[in-house]
Amino acid sequence: MIQIENAGHSYGSGQWLFRGLSATFPAGRIAAILGPNGCGKTTLLRAISGTLRLKEGIIAIDGHVGFVPQALTADQSYSAADMVLLGRSRYLGRFSSPNRKDRERAYACLEEVGLTALAQQRYDRLSGGQRQLVLLARALASDCKVLVLDEPASALDIANQGVVLRLLLRLASSLGLTVLFTTHHPDHAIGIAHTTLLMQRDATHIAGRTEVVLTEGNLAGMYGVPVRRVDVRADEETASAIVPLHGLRGRVPDLAAR
Amino acid sequence: MDSAVSRSATRVQSSGERSYGLLCVGLVASLVLVLLWSVASGRYQVPFDTVLSIILSHLVAVKVTWTTTESVVVETVRLPRVLTAAVAGAGLSLCGAVLQAIFRNPLVGPQTIGASSGAALGGVTVIYLVGFGPLVQVGAFGGAALALLAVLAFHRSDNLSPILTLVLAGVVVSAFCSALVGLVTYLADPETTLQVIVFWLLGSFASSTWPQFGLIAFCTTLAAIVLIGMRWRVNVLSLGDDEARTLGVNPARDRLILLAAACLAISSQVAVSGTIGWVGLIIPNLARMMAGADNRRLLPVSTVLGAIFLVVADTLARSLTPAEIPVGIITALVGTPIFALLLRRTTKSGAA
Repeated sequence: MIQIENAGHSYGSGQWLFRGLSATFPAGRIAAILGPNGCGKTTLLRAISGTLRLKEGIIAIDGHVGFVPQALTADQSYSAADMVLLGRSRYLGRFSSPNRKDRERAYACLEEVGLTALAQQRYDRLSGGQRQLVLLARALASDCKVLVLDEPASALDIANQGVVLRLLLRLASSLGLTVLFTTHHPDHAIGIAHTTLLMQRDATHIAGRTEVVLTEGNLAGMYGVPVRRVDVRADEETASAIVPLHGLRGRVPDLAAR
Repeated sequence: MDSAVSRSATRVQSSGERSYGLLCVGLVASLVLVLLWSVASGRYQVPFDTVLSIILSHLVAVKVTWTTTESVVVETVRLPRVLTAAVAGAGLSLCGAVLQAIFRNPLVGPQTIGASSGAALGGVTVIYLVGFGPLVQVGAFGGAALALLAVLAFHRSDNLSPILTLVLAGVVVSAFCSALVGLVTYLADPETTLQVIVFWLLGSFASSTWPQFGLIAFCTTLAAIVLIGMRWRVNVLSLGDDEARTLGVNPARDRLILLAAACLAISSQVAVSGTIGWVGLIIPNLARMMAGADNRRLLPVSTVLGAIFLVVADTLARSLTPAEIPVGIITALVGTPIFALLLRRTTKSGAA
């Protein structure tokens, strides 16, 4: 569980990014954070993962956070297996190295994300989606109760987005993890998140059950663009798509009419 | 399923383990051969088997078949020199590998980062103020530590182009220290301290003695125990501070411990044999090509490879020409082209 009480932060003496922010993300559930660019999503995640100290407020977490950063840079030439093994570091003394048990745990986590075949591949030679999964496995290897991900799906193609989102769903239900992720896709929140925190430009926020928070009105207010929610049914599955009304429209040129 | 996971984990591990084991055996064997070759070669040739007998005579009873000259050449002239070169090369390469990981930059080495010139400044200052003595090693250590801290401060304040900034910061700190070394040399009394300072600064393996070997061996061994002992932490730090913190490791404290150990080894090397460049920069890169980036393997491999390299360089330095070439010239001749190649490769890959 993650409990945020009255959190506020600003950089230097600048404007508050957010203030008076309170939210509760229950265990075994997935929560999403949405907001326009620059509203402080990443700042809040850094505060939760312990790499930044907030100016105001309290964040209470049971256990340590397994943090999954965006897999944008790849200057590491360690193998995928070693990257995952690094997740065990918190249990190792200053002068000790991972033992057999640590290696087995790391390997099991690679298996959990379906990447055992790439265990010995160099991390910097993996695709963006594979790197994201390796970092996720690394967080799992730290035996965390809380998993925090910074835009886990934003750099991925639609097939890999599905892989990551389904994986999060499975991890929350089978391991009872609290999962918290930021995203620019409201449909990802509608698809898997139980709770949603909507951060807005004016440093205010809305938090609560996803269906209650992600209304067309709230989304339109946050992004400043009118949106429509469209439910799509195909076979057994239903998906929600959030469609922004930018005024752009796809139109297939009708060549035959000439 | 659990046993399947454990079995495949073990299998993957053991195939990599075997080639690493072979590499280690090969390197250690090469080191032993290179050491013997180095002791045997030089202007006064001593046959290989005689060298072996003289060394073994300290351990087991061997019939004396060598002349007194041969035993003096081997025991008092060459052995301390060759062993000092080996330890210096090992220490520099180990420190280079650790510095490259901490600063996340393959173009860093004890010299490029300013630690060597810092040590020179510290040592020279002590000689100027209180004269030559055991405090010189302390001064060298302090100088190296200050230089590293200065570079560390540079490193923090700028992240526009981290790789080149760091190399330039090293150049700046080195230049500053060299200027101060020049100033102290200028101020020194030409009748007394100047000679000592110049002799100390030039420092070469030619003047190596057993007590000097004792100093560098003690400091380097101590440093190596810490650096190699913390090899997994070096991996963690190489991910950067934020990542290290989210992995549950306090990067600041570990970095200070590692830097202090590196300063100990670098300063003892400078104190005994003067500034020797390039070894600690290129050898870790060569070792990385052999053993991969994982510091659990890279650090030991880099250490042994560095010992081999500097012994070979020093042997060439004293046997290529009738007059001895300073070993720093050999290492620079080999090192600079490799550095240029590395710079090209690193900046091309978009990291800078």
